[in-house]
Amino acid sequence: MATAHAPAADKYYVPHGSHWPIVGSVSLFLVMAGAVAFLNDWAGGWAFIPGALLLATMFFGWFHDVIGESRSGAYNHQVDRSFRMGMMWFIFSEVMFFAAFFGALFYARSLAVPWIGGEGVKVFNKLLLWPNYDPAWPTNGPARIGGHEDGTFQIIPAFGLPALNTAILLTSGVTITIAHHALQAGKRTQLKIFLAATFVLGFLFVGLQAEEYAHAYKELGLRLSTGIYGSTFFMLTGFHGLHVTIGAIMLVIIWLRTLKGHFTPNNHFAFEGVAWYWHFVDVVWLGLFIFVYWI
Amino acid sequence: MATHAHTDAVHDDHDHKPHGWRRWVFSTNHKDIGTMYLVFACTMFFVGGTMALIIRAELFEPGLQFVDPQFFNSMTAMHALVMIFGAIMPAWVGLANWLIPMQIGAPDMALPRLNNLSFWILPFAFMLLLGTLFVPGGAPAGGWTMYPPLALQAGDSFPMMIFAIHLMGASSILGAINVVVTVMNMRAPGMNLLKMPLFVWTWLITAYLLVAVMPVLAGAVTMLLTDHYFGTSFFAASGGGDPVMFQHIFWFFGHPEVYIMILPAFGVVSEIIPTFSRKPLFGYESMVYATAAIGFLSFIVWAHHMFTVGMPLAGQLFFMLATMLISVPTGVKIFNWCATMTRGSLTFEPPMLFALAFLFLFTIGGFSGLMLAIVPADFQYQDSYFVVAHFHYVLVPGSLFAIVGAVYYWLPKWVGRMYDQKLAKVHFWLSAIFVNVLFFPQHFLGLAGMPRRIPDYATQFADWNMVSSIGAFGFGFSQLLLPYIIIKCVKSGAPAPARAWDSAHGLEWELPSPAPFHSWETPPSAAVIARGAEH
Repeated sequence: MATAHAPAADKYYVPHGSHWPIVGSVSLFLVMAGAVAFLNDWAGGWAFIPGALLLATMFFGWFHDVIGESRSGAYNHQVDRSFRMGMMWFIFSEVMFFAAFFGALFYARSLAVPWIGGEGVKVFNKLLLWPNYDPAWPTNGPARIGGHEDGTFQIIPAFGLPALNTAILLTSGVTITIAHHALQAGKRTQLKIFLAATFVLGFLFVGLQAEEYAHAYKELGLRLSTGIYGSTFFMLTGFHGLHVTIGAIMLVIIWLRTLKGHFTPNNHFAFEGVAWYWHFVDVVWLGLFIFVYWI
Repeated sequence: MATHAHTDAVHDDHDHKPHGWRRWVFSTNHKDIGTMYLVFACTMFFVGGTMALIIRAELFEPGLQFVDPQFFNSMTAMHALVMIFGAIMPAWVGLANWLIPMQIGAPDMALPRLNNLSFWILPFAFMLLLGTLFVPGGAPAGGWTMYPPLALQAGDSFPMMIFAIHLMGASSILGAINVVVTVMNMRAPGMNLLKMPLFVWTWLITAYLLVAVMPVLAGAVTMLLTDHYFGTSFFAASGGGDPVMFQHIFWFFGHPEVYIMILPAFGVVSEIIPTFSRKPLFGYESMVYATAAIGFLSFIVWAHHMFTVGMPLAGQLFFMLATMLISVPTGVKIFNWCATMTRGSLTFEPPMLFALAFLFLFTIGGFSGLMLAIVPADFQYQDSYFVVAHFHYVLVPGSLFAIVGAVYYWLPKWVGRMYDQKLAKVHFWLSAIFVNVLFFPQHFLGLAGMPRRIPDYATQFADWNMVSSIGAFGFGFSQLLLPYIIIKCVKSGAPAPARAWDSAHGLEWELPSPAPFHSWETPPSAAVIARGAEH
């Protein structure tokens, strides 16, 4: 690299102003305001749609600018490191978001439900409030919220579709690693094939999740409203599915970029950022498979 | 890659300031964004302050005078949300923006466009939040902590509050990521971690806390939203959930949040006291480790906010003892500040006055916090005015005084002019006296049994409430001096030298006053760093 003569660049890089952040703020506001109007049955829920379109435009435009600047060679090593660190900390914040829902699952399952069932000093719950409640997991609570007409529901066994989905996501983790090695070795064809395989597996996963959801909603009586089990199940797997979808879209974008000849063996932060993100949704899935489906 | 020539070419375009509204709306400049944050925080401070004065006007005498109870409750909830998310936190981010790049020898924040996004989310978030005042059912009235099931009974304001919090959280997370990356990646060569000024250190740890807990708050309010609109049972026992679970998740965010608001204040005080004592900071490294220890402990003490809600005895003991443990690193800090002043040649310029008031009054808040940590005692204090007095002592003469002190300390650097120090001292004395008139009697009220968040009270509480309200109006109106002093300084202050205070250390004082648009275009030399980083 031409800048190799100094550990940090001897002149700092500062990007010029950009209108994308304010477009992002306005679009977020429109999305939120539209959602508020929708939830409150006000007129104006439609604001959500231009907001979402504007948000997509913002992502497209902002990344377009950054990609252009990067490819024109405007960025130095320090900028690259800032992007990397920023992405890592963003993923950490996502981990903490999932941690809130995992925390809710653990708390409900190992504390709240036994207490409702009268464990320990909470014995009066059993004696006075809900004498007939069996606090076994999975549960939709003493009032049998949601589920079939009679309040029962079935769950999705771990070693069916979820196990297959685990295999799919783990395989996609392998394919993206092969793609990464191919990129570093300059094997462009291998890169394109394995990157495509990764997002195909990703969308396959999302499709199977949708299948599973439909089955749960129609036949198992397992819905978002099916007590605490349905709540934790759908919020955890739902947010995960959303993240897989976002990750798969990101994979498509970098695949399109590889088709256009972007990325060099030692300058491909966007690829690595997406790969980290993909491993993150992979790891979250392992947590889901173990704690939500299996044990 | 032949990047170098190109980089220079790109640079030459930006060394002049953009003009007009584009300068602010499209800004990628840490100083401009810092200024916007500070102006926003100041505006919200007066909005939240007006709400506080409505509360204190109603409580001036027993009986219902001015507002109906529902609106009173809205005022307590909104005052807290506006002050926490609108005034204190943005003020700290504004100060971080202004100071961190200058103090570590960087040209700007690491991710300047993200920085712009972090700021510009905020006005929209507050349009949503303050908009709740005008919707059917009124503003949120269930307290800023949003405990279910009460919070779920709000009117149309409910989703507005939730989404406003999502937006504020997004803003804080992006801002915090920016601070972490800036500190870890943009330090000038030779500016080791243990040479960084304490304001940078405390903000670094604050940023870690923010990235870790703001998403948890987002998760908690998302669960509230789905419980309200989409039939989930997270906080409903009938479905196997637990309303207390919300409190656990909320306070897992909420306690680190408390330190998010106070750790940068420790940093500011650690900068001001050495300057006006004309001595290096006593125990620099122990200050760093104490800050880190407080940051760590903040994650394992949350349940002291909810002792009376019911939890296993082992839980109560753990959270009581862990909470008391915090007084050890905090004590290290207090004693280090005292040791810094010992045998120093002290002078009492406005920043020093605010730092000293911080030292005394924050310590009072710390001690009442220790009292609240004791489980059996807390059973008496819970939800009383004693709690109100406690956290206002750490937030007002704590965080707020540190923010004001920071403004008076660095204002000459920012605008290149000295402010009216006499008037600032008047501002200080009015603030310091009235803040005690305002909050000290609330300890007595709480111990006597007056509950918080009520618009009316038994007549035995009348006297101290009246005193407290007088203090509130005195304090509130004396704060108008702050913007006046700043505007006067910007318009007609006498020019300030680069080192505005004769013994101030730190890289920011090596820059001219006012600091150039891009702080350090090239990294400062080793000699400059050595001079600046003398602790």
